[in-house]
Amino acid sequence: MTALRLTGVTAGYRGRTVVRDVTVDVPAGSWLAIIGPNGAGKSTLLKAVAGLVPATGDVLVGSKSVAALGNRERARVLGYAPQTPSLPEGLTVTDYVLLGRTPHLGPLGRESRSDLDLVAGALARLDLADLAHRPLRTLSGGERQRAVLARVLAQQAGVLLLDEPTTGLDIGHAQALLELVDQLRRADGTTVVSTLHDLTLAAQYPDRVLLLDGGDVAAAGTPAQVLTADRLSRHYGASVTVLTAPDGSLVVAPRRD
Amino acid sequence: MARPTRLTWWHLLVTGLVLVVVVVGAVLLGAIDLGWQRVLGEVWAQLTGGVSPLSVQESAILWQLRMPRVVLAGLVGAGLACSGATFQGVFRNPLADPYLLGAAAGAGMVVTIMVVLAPGAGMAYLPAAAFAGALGGVALTWGLGRSAGAGTATLLLAGVAVASFLTAVQTFVQQLNTLTLQQVYGWILGGLSTSGWSQVLSVLPYLAVALVVLCSCAGLLDVLTLGDEEAASLGVRPGVVRLVVLGAASLATAAAVSASGLIGFVGIVVPHVIRLLFGASYRVVVPLSLAGGAIFLVLADIVARTALAPAELPIGVVTAFTGAPFFVLVLRRRQS
Repeated sequence: MTALRLTGVTAGYRGRTVVRDVTVDVPAGSWLAIIGPNGAGKSTLLKAVAGLVPATGDVLVGSKSVAALGNRERARVLGYAPQTPSLPEGLTVTDYVLLGRTPHLGPLGRESRSDLDLVAGALARLDLADLAHRPLRTLSGGERQRAVLARVLAQQAGVLLLDEPTTGLDIGHAQALLELVDQLRRADGTTVVSTLHDLTLAAQYPDRVLLLDGGDVAAAGTPAQVLTADRLSRHYGASVTVLTAPDGSLVVAPRRD
Repeated sequence: MARPTRLTWWHLLVTGLVLVVVVVGAVLLGAIDLGWQRVLGEVWAQLTGGVSPLSVQESAILWQLRMPRVVLAGLVGAGLACSGATFQGVFRNPLADPYLLGAAAGAGMVVTIMVVLAPGAGMAYLPAAAFAGALGGVALTWGLGRSAGAGTATLLLAGVAVASFLTAVQTFVQQLNTLTLQQVYGWILGGLSTSGWSQVLSVLPYLAVALVVLCSCAGLLDVLTLGDEEAASLGVRPGVVRLVVLGAASLATAAAVSASGLIGFVGIVVPHVIRLLFGASYRVVVPLSLAGGAIFLVLADIVARTALAPAELPIGVVTAFTGAPFFVLVLRRRQS
């Protein structure tokens, strides 16, 4: 079953087209990574799916067109975490994660017991329960990224849109975060669409990869199909070697000619 | 279960008690000592229709001078502190104050022109003129900000530009009419010395509407602190929320300015004290700033009335005297 379908999506800012005519299906419970060189339009495409930038074409979540959804309804089906999330430094982790329940709250914005239980569940799953009452400013980089993920999880959307979720994390924390995303989507059947800068991580975690270059789709398929040395050299202007590790996973390594 | 930062009965009880104590103290204290037993007797007499221990003059001091003044101080303090908290939330800047969008400059310019054009008749119309000037300044900032593009940074810069321009006009008019300087500065420094029930009633509807709107939108201010993009991804329309809360905050500021002139620092000091004591969520900061602002300004007015009695200090001097050092502390804390 298709969870997310993009048909001829073109998006940009103030008359400047950044991504053109993107068509792709994302099956339910799968993970699609959007990759490409700087300025390729990865983040813009993700924002277009989230309804945050003007776009033409059609984005379907399940059978519903995103354009036809109201703001709150859209926020209930699409969870979005930006590349550099704003973390109000004085808010506690609980208060911050509770903001993920915003699209589900009534007109007076009063949360119910079930909202608080959901938040407690998100904190526990991301190993943040002990930090629940700490202000965000006291968290480390890895803890902050987990808090952002907990907020998006609390939103209970079927599709998670994660823009460079590993930004600013060292390799260990980046791996831990992506493992967590992988576990969560396998446990909940959540669909994940993320932009990724690190091509080795893009080769190992997602089911499918969409390569953008200059706003156009350059390739789409499984990581093994898309991440070839020739293609990456051509689109990134880089010399790379694509290796296969003993366990069969791909490693994209830069090479000095 | 996760426990978020929320307003509790304990918060309401403590702030309510402190407010009552401060208000009672403010009513009892003044240049003329009415005595707490006699004031209590007067209140009892009013309730039961009995004989008051106060003379007619003393009764007038209590009901026509002190009471409206204390109530007005509370209302103005609540309005300014609540607006300050809102401005800090919308602009995501801890040093934002209610005068940021040109309310003070607009009121100051119009009052100056009124004083210069009609030095005798102007006093009676100053509150209305200040109200119109404050709203006019904010409207000008809003219009300029919208024409230059969306976003809080543009609005902030528009506020700076409008405030500079209106202040320049005010200074120019003052320089041409130096005889009115004292009257204009007397107003600018802020005061509640001419307060009566008519002033209370004239600002009450605006403040009541504005404060209800601000307290209702406190949760949305927490969402706005995530920035426009994330707020939109949570189903909130940041532009609409901003328009509503800044409109309400500006209405409260204009009403406060019209009643008391320009009283600085309340809008910065009070929300920061509330944050330090009760946490940073606007669901707590906005309603408790309302109570805290009322308490702070009633206390400041007691000092203004009694420090040099029978003479009075401008209340703006008292708030600045305590607010300025606090302002520096906030800056230092933020840097560290």
